[in-house]
Amino acid sequence: MSPRLSQKIAFALLFLATLLVVLPVAVILFIIVAKGASALSWDFLLTMPRDGMTAGGILPAILGTLYLVLGAVLFAVPLGVAAAVYLVEYSSDNRFSRLVKLAIVNLAGVPSVVYGLFGLGIFVTFFRFGASILSGALTLGIMILPVIITSAREALESVPRHFRTVSLSLGASRWQTVRHAVLPHALPGIMTGMILGLGRAAGETAPILFTVAAFYLPRLPQSLFDQTMALPYHLYVISTQVPGIPENVRYGTGLVLLALVLLLNLAAIVLRARFRRKKKW
Amino acid sequence: MNPARLRKLKEWLIERAILLSGVFSVVFVVLIFLFLLREGLSLFRGESVLDFLFGKSWYPISEPPRFGILPLILGSLLVTLGAAAISVPIGLAAALFIAEIAPGRLKEGLKAGIELLAAIPSVVIGFIGMITLGPFIKKLFAVPTGLTALTGSVTLAFMAMPTIVSIAEDAITAVPRQYREAAIAMGATKWQTTWRIVARAARPGMVAAVMLGIGRVIGETMAVMMVTGNAAVIPSGMLQPVRTLTATIAAEMGESVQGGSHYAALFAIGIVLFVITFLINGVADLYLHRSRK
Repeated sequence: MSPRLSQKIAFALLFLATLLVVLPVAVILFIIVAKGASALSWDFLLTMPRDGMTAGGILPAILGTLYLVLGAVLFAVPLGVAAAVYLVEYSSDNRFSRLVKLAIVNLAGVPSVVYGLFGLGIFVTFFRFGASILSGALTLGIMILPVIITSAREALESVPRHFRTVSLSLGASRWQTVRHAVLPHALPGIMTGMILGLGRAAGETAPILFTVAAFYLPRLPQSLFDQTMALPYHLYVISTQVPGIPENVRYGTGLVLLALVLLLNLAAIVLRARFRRKKKW
Repeated sequence: MNPARLRKLKEWLIERAILLSGVFSVVFVVLIFLFLLREGLSLFRGESVLDFLFGKSWYPISEPPRFGILPLILGSLLVTLGAAAISVPIGLAAALFIAEIAPGRLKEGLKAGIELLAAIPSVVIGFIGMITLGPFIKKLFAVPTGLTALTGSVTLAFMAMPTIVSIAEDAITAVPRQYREAAIAMGATKWQTTWRIVARAARPGMVAAVMLGIGRVIGETMAVMMVTGNAAVIPSGMLQPVRTLTATIAAEMGESVQGGSHYAALFAIGIVLFVITFLINGVADLYLHRSRK
């Protein structure tokens, strides 16, 4: 076989493999949209579920997910950004900073259901928060910490060295340099990480199973210590645990969840692309 | 206190807080492990570690209960191996295509597509797998149920691919330009360069990519619980329902009594999972560092 011909065949095979990876996105989107769109209405989005979830809307699940996700981000963003600032701006490449990096890698690799166990053990039981929005949001917050730290680190590292040298040479202190010469330029990258974290937290089910999620609770949560329904758990419940749920309600719930998560991720991708193009240095 | 000293004090406090935040990641890893131990270790007061790991029956609510997780370990192993067999060749091939062959715009589009695949919640993937792949496999192989180890493997393969593709792609892109230029200058075709030079140079990064992909598969919970049929027996083939370690925790925690032995056993499974993924991630990280050098 001539090298040219084998190249053609090889490239075609690689292209096919790539299609196989990307195709499921299109297939999943198509199925969910085609079958779920008919369920969507203001009623579906804005009313309580009725008749054991076979009718009515999914408002408590949507709101529950929003509360959890906001709580997770409120917890994880300050902590994660500060950790990234430590790693990039303050630490030298010593043993401790390597330990921190290894810890972040491992946090990212811990299975989501193990986060669920951890949340159950520490927040629900040890701190006696009970199964509550607070427990769930904290569990999700720790889970998305690696996402936030990693993007914030990348953003900080992309700010050129000489921004810092100039600021320091003008007599600014280290913190003033970080605060005024580095952080503002890293902000879009940090935002990207925050949005990715939102998306990840919105879609996870296993961490909230034992820490907050309610099977069927057709009222809105009143405080941080209330249980709540949440979109991903609701989809799990109506697709495997309860028989007789109309098909379009299942697909409709899937569509709302998928739309929420994909829009957040799309926003992050666009924001990042713009940030890279607009860089002035 | 004068303003300059006040500012110094404020900065000192901020910098302590920043240092503390750095410490927190380490603290969380330690806390996760400690709390798993705290709730899980009590199981081994009445049960030997060997009986737990290699016991052949998982009957948590019979009297007396049996907590042997061998069927669950084998279930996880079977599903994971199947998923790896599918996702590793396809994922690495896609990484080569995206890094070396795809032109600018297509490359950006494909990368965005893969990022979106990674973002799809596992419960949505499980739902789709359950209603499309399940019936398909049932019909194709004429088996009594479509919720089998194979269904789990195929579903999880798609969940592992984004990890494998994106990390392998980074490793391939990081191969120095000169390698390619030297090969092309010696008359190699683009494909010969890609396959014999670039892919070989990126090998440590590709190994890391595969390991992290496998780590993701072992830890995956919701999708696997929805599509594998959940039978906690020692599996005898790909076309039978199986139960994984993760799915067992997710499915049974709700029924267990807090502080009871079943509850402790589920946390003990969590310890096993934590240790497995800790090892996989640690080794993958070593390979990643090797590839950067």
